[in-house]
Amino acid sequence: MSSAAFVIIAIFTLAAALAAATLRKLMHAALSFAAALVGLAAFFFLLGAEFVGLALVFIYIGAVAVLIVFTILLTRRDVGEDRGFNWAGVIIALAVFCGLTWSILATQSISIVAPHIRALTVKRIGEALMTGYVWPLQCVGVLLTAALIGALILVMEEKR
Amino acid sequence: MSKSIDQVFVNAKQWLLSWLAGSPTWLIQVASILINIFMLLAVFLTLFALISVLERKILARMQNRYGPNRVGPFGLFQPIADGIKMLIKEDIVPERADKIVHFLAPVLLAAVAILTLGVIPYGRNMASFTIDGGILFFFAVGSATELAVFMAGWASNNKFSMLGAMRAIAQMFSYELPLIITVLPVVMVVGSLMPDRIVAAQAEYTFGVVPRWFVFTPWGAAAFILFFVSGLVESNRTPFDVPEGESEIVAGHMTEYSGFKYATFFMAEYLGMFAVSGLAATLFLGGWHAPARVLEIVPSYIWFFLKLSVLLFVYIWLRGTLPRTRIDQMMNIAWKFMLPMAFTCVIAAAVWHYAGRGLRGWLWSLFVIAIVYSALSIVLDIRRKFAPRVYRFAE
Repeated sequence: MSSAAFVIIAIFTLAAALAAATLRKLMHAALSFAAALVGLAAFFFLLGAEFVGLALVFIYIGAVAVLIVFTILLTRRDVGEDRGFNWAGVIIALAVFCGLTWSILATQSISIVAPHIRALTVKRIGEALMTGYVWPLQCVGVLLTAALIGALILVMEEKR
Repeated sequence: MSKSIDQVFVNAKQWLLSWLAGSPTWLIQVASILINIFMLLAVFLTLFALISVLERKILARMQNRYGPNRVGPFGLFQPIADGIKMLIKEDIVPERADKIVHFLAPVLLAAVAILTLGVIPYGRNMASFTIDGGILFFFAVGSATELAVFMAGWASNNKFSMLGAMRAIAQMFSYELPLIITVLPVVMVVGSLMPDRIVAAQAEYTFGVVPRWFVFTPWGAAAFILFFVSGLVESNRTPFDVPEGESEIVAGHMTEYSGFKYATFFMAEYLGMFAVSGLAATLFLGGWHAPARVLEIVPSYIWFFLKLSVLLFVYIWLRGTLPRTRIDQMMNIAWKFMLPMAFTCVIAAAVWHYAGRGLRGWLWSLFVIAIVYSALSIVLDIRRKFAPRVYRFAE
């Protein structure tokens, strides 16, 4: 059952990613990108990493996709119009893909059987964050608070 | 006896699945999933039909008129008539609209609402699916609502739609913060993101009388009110239905929708309302637990739907009572009042926990909330500006 699910999700994700790369309208591409991220999240679910999948949906669909869509809407005039085909982008994408594939195939460790890993529950992630990774977590928290305050200052009404 | 009535639906599902005994495991899994999906849709779409007519009835009662009373006894068959009407209406898609996205937006919105309904436990052993991070799932999937609303607004290629979508997204983003942060104290106290565990943690009774629902602690009460108001905004209900304020921007992001697509938007709004109310009942009102030990003979799902109905009635009541707020007032209260209060709830819950979860903790957390609440009110009152409103961008 899980291999059938894998194939379905893989086809969906690849189709969405391909659509994101090739669709003529920029907004369609952005929405397809969001769909591809849903497929990625489904992969994480399939692998038993629920938290990672949920975080992916939360951050990338709920925030990043909306951010991208708004950026397109607010910065470009040709939102609804067709875009041209970017050959340089195709070449770079192909180069990156080939490089990654080559490096993955050239790695020895891929043939080694992975050790048995305990299920990645939310509780374990929480414990790890609250014991071993308190410092990085707090630093990220401070950084995000600073970003939040910065955003508030940017949009604050100027005093006259 | 009461136990078998309590588990009648669970047993019925087991009985149905026993017909498949002997077939491969994946078939049984798929059948089990399909039964869950079917039940979820059947129950909540019926509830949607019922609530839509009840809402009109209750609103009519509040406005001193009769409301729908022509179709069937007491107008109860009104939703069927409405459904038929919506189905045979012409489906108008604007010439300049983006056809595909225009079609997908209501579908996505309804799908998100139905998915969020799935994690809520409706009774003992009755949840459509149980995952480790159920609460997180609720908000993660729910955050796709903004994208769906944007799709509706953008694809319609209409100024009113776009403006309405912008308003909707602005208010949803602003109120998602208090909505999620008010859930944190419950998650902290229970130590789990699973709705089942959260319900189980509210099982016992203090002094044998008062149920241990989180709403009976000071932080729980404050968080419940904040959660409820944020939920009101998230489901675009009056008094926060600014995105579809018909006197200002026609119907917001739904302007260019007609026929069954409009009905789908309507349905998604109601399903979202059920989901938020159901989560509020799960988190703060003890889920499917009975309010007293004697009443535990009444099946658990009846308690859940009773609590849900009370919350839905409050939604309708507020719609009949309050005028629409202005968008700047709404944003002000979200960022200046609700967000600090939500953080206070987190702190108060921590105080409650470390003071021993007893009477002492109760009083201390009440103290924390009262101090912050009064300080915030005083500061906001002093800084209130009485000057006439200035339109920055329309001068």
